[in-house]
Amino acid sequence: MCAKDLRIELRARVVMAQVLPFGVLVLILFAFTLDPNSAILPRIAPGLFWITVLLSSILAVGRSIAVEAEHGARDALRLSGMDGGAIFLGKVAAVVVQLLALELVLIVATFMLYSIDVRGLEVLVIAAISATIGIASTGTVYGVLASGAKVRETLVPLLVLPICAPVLLGATKAFESALAGRSGEAWPWVQLLGAFGALYLTVGFIAYGTLMEEA
Amino acid sequence: MSKQASGRAQTVNAGRPWLGLTAFAGVSATFVMGLVVAPKDEQQRDAYRLLYMHVPAAWLAYLAFTVTAIASALYLVPRTRHLRWDYLAGASGELGVMFTALMLAGGSLWGKPVWGQWWAWEARLTTTAILLFLYLGYLALRRIGGSPQQRATRSAIAGLIAFIDVPIVHFSVSWWATLHQEGSVFNDKMQLHIRDGVMQFTLLLAVASFTLLYVWMCMRRMELLALDEGLAERELQLAIDERSNRPATTNPVTV
Repeated sequence: MCAKDLRIELRARVVMAQVLPFGVLVLILFAFTLDPNSAILPRIAPGLFWITVLLSSILAVGRSIAVEAEHGARDALRLSGMDGGAIFLGKVAAVVVQLLALELVLIVATFMLYSIDVRGLEVLVIAAISATIGIASTGTVYGVLASGAKVRETLVPLLVLPICAPVLLGATKAFESALAGRSGEAWPWVQLLGAFGALYLTVGFIAYGTLMEEA
Repeated sequence: MSKQASGRAQTVNAGRPWLGLTAFAGVSATFVMGLVVAPKDEQQRDAYRLLYMHVPAAWLAYLAFTVTAIASALYLVPRTRHLRWDYLAGASGELGVMFTALMLAGGSLWGKPVWGQWWAWEARLTTTAILLFLYLGYLALRRIGGSPQQRATRSAIAGLIAFIDVPIVHFSVSWWATLHQEGSVFNDKMQLHIRDGVMQFTLLLAVASFTLLYVWMCMRRMELLALDEGLAERELQLAIDERSNRPATTNPVTV
């Protein structure tokens, strides 16, 4: 399942060719609205980075749902007799891989554009992975909840953004602490991110079978 | 719509007009007590009177979302699966959003004279704002169409997902809020001490009558949701019956 979604992405390159430029563009636009010469950009860079990631994730998740909606692929999946939970994990894994690739490019862009010194790298990596699992799980569950709706493109952001508010908060704070050289303060936030990711991964795993059948 | 259908809607509600009447009487009495009879607060003067709406709204918002979560869980358990739980979840969710909005609006109106600002980035306020949007999304999801069973399953799962997010949001936001601002807005002067007997009575009256109002509105809304469900079908059936000059064959709706 994961490999299939990634193969589709490799062939179509929608995420890399459209979502990634969108993300970088958002980072540049932030600099327009905030005075780029003052010290404000490096200070609020973690927040700007994670808002950009969250907005880009919504697009990536939308793409992940659209892949299933085309050509009745969802019915084919249901016929395949695969366990709903396994399908869910596969889809989340594919979204996580794509988002991590996206984040890698975006974080490099953030560091360069906002001139930031990299510190606490291991905290950054673990925080990013935990946060991404949380975003991908909630996004995938809500994606299938809203799938089939004509208003899906506008509904998914309304559903995902508030539920991911703790992720945005935790990831931003973890990044801030790590970049300021206070990695110790980042760990509680990283634990929060990990707990969030684990919780919604479990919820999605349980719920997805029911959703594929009935919704 | 024909006479038969509207007549049926009335018979469904006929059983409990007293509940609605008591609720309205209680809320009216609360207004009189809260605005006229209850004395001014020494610190906050008249501004504190918003409390009589704010406290019930806050309590009912949390009650309503809890009811939505319980009803959602009951729908998902195969043994108790019945569309009435979906109607209850939907009705309560709508009321929860209404009371949350009321709580935010009222709190904001109170914040301006007492804090000197409409909004403070304080933990409870921020959590409540996120809560409002969580359930606005839930309500939007309920309206995307599909069969009643599809909607019920989807909304039940969404209702539970939103509900378990509430403590996480609250926890993370309070952590965040305590990090960077300590008592810039809050101090002991802001603490309201309701010691006066009339004040206490008014507050109790407010909570009780708004709760009755919630129960009554929730029941009415459930009935409406149930009636709404088969509306198109029943109208079609009625039209067919009228054409063939037969007596109506549709069944009355029960919740």
